Amino acid sequence: MDYLIQQVINGLTLGSIYGLIAIGYTMVFGIIGMVNFAHGDVFMLSAFVALIIFLALSQLFGTINLALALLLVLVAGMALTALWAWTIERVAYRPLRGSFRLAPMISAIGMSIFLSNFVQWAQGPNNKPLEMVPTEIITIALGAGSITLSWKQITIMVTTAVLLMALWYLVQKTPLGRAQRACEQDRKMASILGVDVDRTISLTFVIGAALAAVAGLLWMVNYSQVNFADGYVPGVKAFTAAVLGGIGSLQGAVLGGILIGLIETLWSAYFSLAYKDVAALLILIVVLVFMPSGLFGRPDVEKV
Amino acid sequence: MRFIKLISVIILAGLVASCGGGEQKLKFGVAGPMTGSDAAFGGQLKNGVEQAVADINAAGGILGQQIELISGDDVADPKQGVSVANQFIGEGVSFVVGHFNSGVTEPASDRYFESGLVMITPGSTNPKITERGYWNVFRTCGRDDQQGKVAGEYIAKTLAGKKVAVVHDKTTYGKGLADETKKTINSLGINEVLYEGVSKGERDYSALVSKIKQSGAEIVYWGGVHTEGGGLLRQLRDQGVTAQFIGGDGIVTQEFASLAGAGVEGTLMTFGPDPQKRPEAAAVVQKFLAKNYKPEAYTLYSYASVQVIAQAAEAIKSLDPQKVAEEIHSGKVYKTVIGDLSFDKKGDITRLDYIMYTWKKQQDGSFGYVEN
Repeated sequence: MDYLIQQVINGLTLGSIYGLIAIGYTMVFGIIGMVNFAHGDVFMLSAFVALIIFLALSQLFGTINLALALLLVLVAGMALTALWAWTIERVAYRPLRGSFRLAPMISAIGMSIFLSNFVQWAQGPNNKPLEMVPTEIITIALGAGSITLSWKQITIMVTTAVLLMALWYLVQKTPLGRAQRACEQDRKMASILGVDVDRTISLTFVIGAALAAVAGLLWMVNYSQVNFADGYVPGVKAFTAAVLGGIGSLQGAVLGGILIGLIETLWSAYFSLAYKDVAALLILIVVLVFMPSGLFGRPDVEKV
Repeated sequence: MRFIKLISVIILAGLVASCGGGEQKLKFGVAGPMTGSDAAFGGQLKNGVEQAVADINAAGGILGQQIELISGDDVADPKQGVSVANQFIGEGVSFVVGHFNSGVTEPASDRYFESGLVMITPGSTNPKITERGYWNVFRTCGRDDQQGKVAGEYIAKTLAGKKVAVVHDKTTYGKGLADETKKTINSLGINEVLYEGVSKGERDYSALVSKIKQSGAEIVYWGGVHTEGGGLLRQLRDQGVTAQFIGGDGIVTQEFASLAGAGVEGTLMTFGPDPQKRPEAAAVVQKFLAKNYKPEAYTLYSYASVQVIAQAAEAIKSLDPQKVAEEIHSGKVYKTVIGDLSFDKKGDITRLDYIMYTWKKQQDGSFGYVEN
């Protein structure tokens, strides 16, 4: 029993990170119907940004309060990553918006390759470690065994829950959210009614990237290492999570992420680790066969 | 009639052209993961070979010919390895030092075999590399069946009575090494409590760590390179698992310690006797240190690979790859920076080359490995 609970905690932690990245995929798809393949690499970039800012801070001020340092890294990292995403949207996607459907997608694939190669060139191909992370664990006795829960894991799960709620409020209750939902339904009509479509889309990219930056920092805290290729696997998993949850739906993305994390971890726990990805993708296929638009997705309505 | 004239003119022109290009350059290739996650090892190969080529050229080259060195980056990817091989063949390379990862060396050596290039790998330890009976394939390092035997016997004798978990990275090298070690401990009457493979590029090992904890393993044997191994070790220690970690020659780089963190203390590892400490290597090691480069792990094995080719070619006064390969196979002894080497019919070195090391904190506060 303690083993099962331990693995569920592991799965929830991993799933939370997938979920945070998946929100970026799902928001962009929801609003302009495009899969932003560069999003995984934006996430990787943000982990590097977090690492660099953290190292710079500790160089400048020596050993500072860890919580304060992390908060500073978080704010600065979100801002810088958001700036990157804004630039990418402005340079690589907006000029192609009126073009045929595949053009921005190809552009996104190109951007993904550009970002990982840029980081490889600028930061070197080696793994970059981060030495600072607290490793204190809480051990909870349970029956015959015990469960270990680290502060890192708690931070990750709580952060994801808080951010999801904040984002839900943003989309449902604020003017920006209203504009986003309007653009999602009908971009032309929204612009006729006075919504600044370009600005709304830019802000969507910025929000997605800011969340990826949170995921990047949490990644650095949890795994203490990153290299230029690390955007790929989490990117693919997060995209899978977005599709599983119903692409376009916020809560769907996070739920999808958590489901993928749980399936992977529980499969690893009781069967061979080698086939965990097969298990996760098999569940995806089964879900899509019975619910083609994912768990929370709304079916496409043909507009006449 | 005019047609025949035309043909003969073309043939004549061709003959003249081929005479003009008769002065062929002596080209060497060095191939390995220069970029990507295993770049630390690619750097060792490149630095070792570059220094050797520079030294030989400074001393007048091989048979009076200067060596031109071409570098190829295989990113530790078998597909890239084959395209590097094709590039070398296209550029007229005769001798190759590389590759590093056994899974890359295997398909690349097929191409070298077909095109008649001699290849010496300084770091691919999977037995299959030399077991295929290719005339052109050699290695200056040991084999994983020897390495696995050393590790397995250490586990069974020195660490007797402890539960063992075997984990690998699903690559030709990593799984091969893990299987050899498993075979040895099984034959000595120990059955592992856990046998798992992780994917390259994965970063989350929390499920595996909990599984190892649950299995009660007191020893974790790792078959693979430092990138995944370092992450696994760090996450084991993070979750409070204190099991003894044992790895092979895939973790012989300072990067392993920086990835694993303080938990690296006490990690065991099999590798050849440290070539940097050999008297033959002293002068070359000084040259590296003067360039501010520590010739770790496979650097000197790569240096030695070039020396073997050069000495064999000098001995038979020929640069024909086939003849050089025959000469190396003959069992003659070559004096290299990693000691006296001779090769058997398969292309393996004849000496047994594995001992156990321990990672320890050193006086300057960094982590290093010392012989047991």
